[in-house]
Amino acid sequence: MAGLIPVSVTIDTVPSRPPARRRQDWLAKLLAHKNLLIGSCLTGGLLLTALTSLLYTPQDPLAISIADRLQGPSLVHWFGTDQFGRDVLSRVMLGAVVSMSVGVVSVGIGLVAGVVLGMLSGHFGRALDEVLMRFMDALYGFPAILLALLITAVFGPGIFLSMVAIGVVNIPVFARLTRANFLVLRERDFVTAARALGASDAKLIWHHILPNVMSPLLVQATISFPNAILAEAGLSYLGLGMQPPHPSWGYMLKEAQPFLRLAPTYAIFPGVAIALAVLGCNLLGDGLRDLLDPKVSRQR
Amino acid sequence: MRRYLARRVIAFAITLLLVSFVTFVVVYVIPGDPAEIILGTEGSPEALAALRTRLGLDRPLLLQYLEWLKHALIGNLGVSIQYDVPVGQLIASRLPVTFPLAGLAISLTIVAGIPLGILAASRHRRPGDVGTMLFSQLGMAIPSFWAGLLLMLLFSVYLGWFPAGGFTSWAETPAGALRSLVLPAVALGLVQTAVLTRTTRSALLEVLREEYVQTARSKGLSDRLVLYKHALKNSFITIVTLLGLQIGHLLAGSIIIENVFYLPGLGRLVLGAIGARDLPVVQGVVLFMATVIVIVNFAVDLLYGWLDPRIRYN
Repeated sequence: MAGLIPVSVTIDTVPSRPPARRRQDWLAKLLAHKNLLIGSCLTGGLLLTALTSLLYTPQDPLAISIADRLQGPSLVHWFGTDQFGRDVLSRVMLGAVVSMSVGVVSVGIGLVAGVVLGMLSGHFGRALDEVLMRFMDALYGFPAILLALLITAVFGPGIFLSMVAIGVVNIPVFARLTRANFLVLRERDFVTAARALGASDAKLIWHHILPNVMSPLLVQATISFPNAILAEAGLSYLGLGMQPPHPSWGYMLKEAQPFLRLAPTYAIFPGVAIALAVLGCNLLGDGLRDLLDPKVSRQR
Repeated sequence: MRRYLARRVIAFAITLLLVSFVTFVVVYVIPGDPAEIILGTEGSPEALAALRTRLGLDRPLLLQYLEWLKHALIGNLGVSIQYDVPVGQLIASRLPVTFPLAGLAISLTIVAGIPLGILAASRHRRPGDVGTMLFSQLGMAIPSFWAGLLLMLLFSVYLGWFPAGGFTSWAETPAGALRSLVLPAVALGLVQTAVLTRTTRSALLEVLREEYVQTARSKGLSDRLVLYKHALKNSFITIVTLLGLQIGHLLAGSIIIENVFYLPGLGRLVLGAIGARDLPVVQGVVLFMATVIVIVNFAVDLLYGWLDPRIRYN
């Protein structure tokens, strides 16, 4: 008995905080982080504008009134009018719907396809991993606009195809991120334990690994979102995105260009809208990254 | 080093092959008949058949791809349907606009972005850093074509210092050609400068926290020497990686900027080709640009081995 050392095992239990307390913590973090706060306000404003414009705009965004063409800002038309006398404020508001939709759909395409491919690559590895990652490398060097040019050259211009092109170009980022996280997580003890208990590949992926990849994916989605807005604006400027008469910020700038001398403000408001939307999403992404990845926040 | 080089060359060849395959497949494995897409509904059956033979559509897909690749490798990208001129010749005629534009934009990016990043890192959390980061955030939010319109409004419409668009050829007056490219290059380089500033700052801040930097400081080296001799050199891997990606973005961005300033480069060529359904030109320009981007990334890979010997030995 002399060799036996009495061992006492203490299990530390952390009492889980009530939901109200957790909400307060999040609110405190949000208020303490300026980037996150400003980003949330701007992105919230964008979302609110987009939703409001579906129900209400100050004027009909498509109503033509040649007598009112190219007016400067006034009480009736706060942002002035375009070359067809349409209210620029109403068109800018409706343009937010296009930008938000493109952001959501294209990032969604990139996210879903990227996660599936990254998952297959990271979990099953070997030849499949090698083939998929080489495809991802090839696609990674393909700027969205080049793919969009190819697609629109074949199918003709349109907002849906723009979304697809931007989404496809987003796939490699999400695939690489998912794969990298899967490679790390599949070696962790909790995954080994689950496998030893007889969990199937599907159960391992869905119940054990994927939930742990969600944070970096969420951060990447907020980073990809403003890039999608910029890419759509660029494609619309070239006439390859949303087609007239439906408003999109990029195409409004294209229409404003010939009238720079006559109505300079027409070229200002849609551009400010793009810049604010992108700035808001960028700040939100930065803030989320700081919150969810303390290693990154130390470098900032 | 040989093993490192061999691995990079193999990866480069595979990537290039896949890029060419993607470019080929998008146009030829689409639902419908490319010949009908090119000629439209008004194309007669004879014209359609002739075009199918000319494009090689009557052969198996793999053979079509290999044939197309064989020709592409020797610079034969087909013949433009719109101009009836070899696509390679058309691309070459537009390079004196697109390459100097991208070159000028990347030069501006390097000249402004790296010093601003160094400034921000050396004044971390002080007014210089905050101001630079504010510029960086705003710069990243402004689309290049809007920046182009604003520059045009100020420097062309109001001040009249630069032309609002168009291009004076290099043969006519080199100074005039350069003048036509200044505003587009600034517009194109603005976003990339903002990104490079931010990345340089982050990379430097990370290195400045390393133990060897603390050791250098504790030995009594000046802040300047620590920053330029120790930190900057070790931040170059991150900076060079980003620059490689930025060259690709600048080339792709030139497609939009050339259309803002009416510059007769590859961007104008490809947009005109889309309008005219000139698929060989669209395919040729996209393949050319993607190849340049892959080559730049390959060069960056090789540069890694030179910048950091640890990479080539591992």
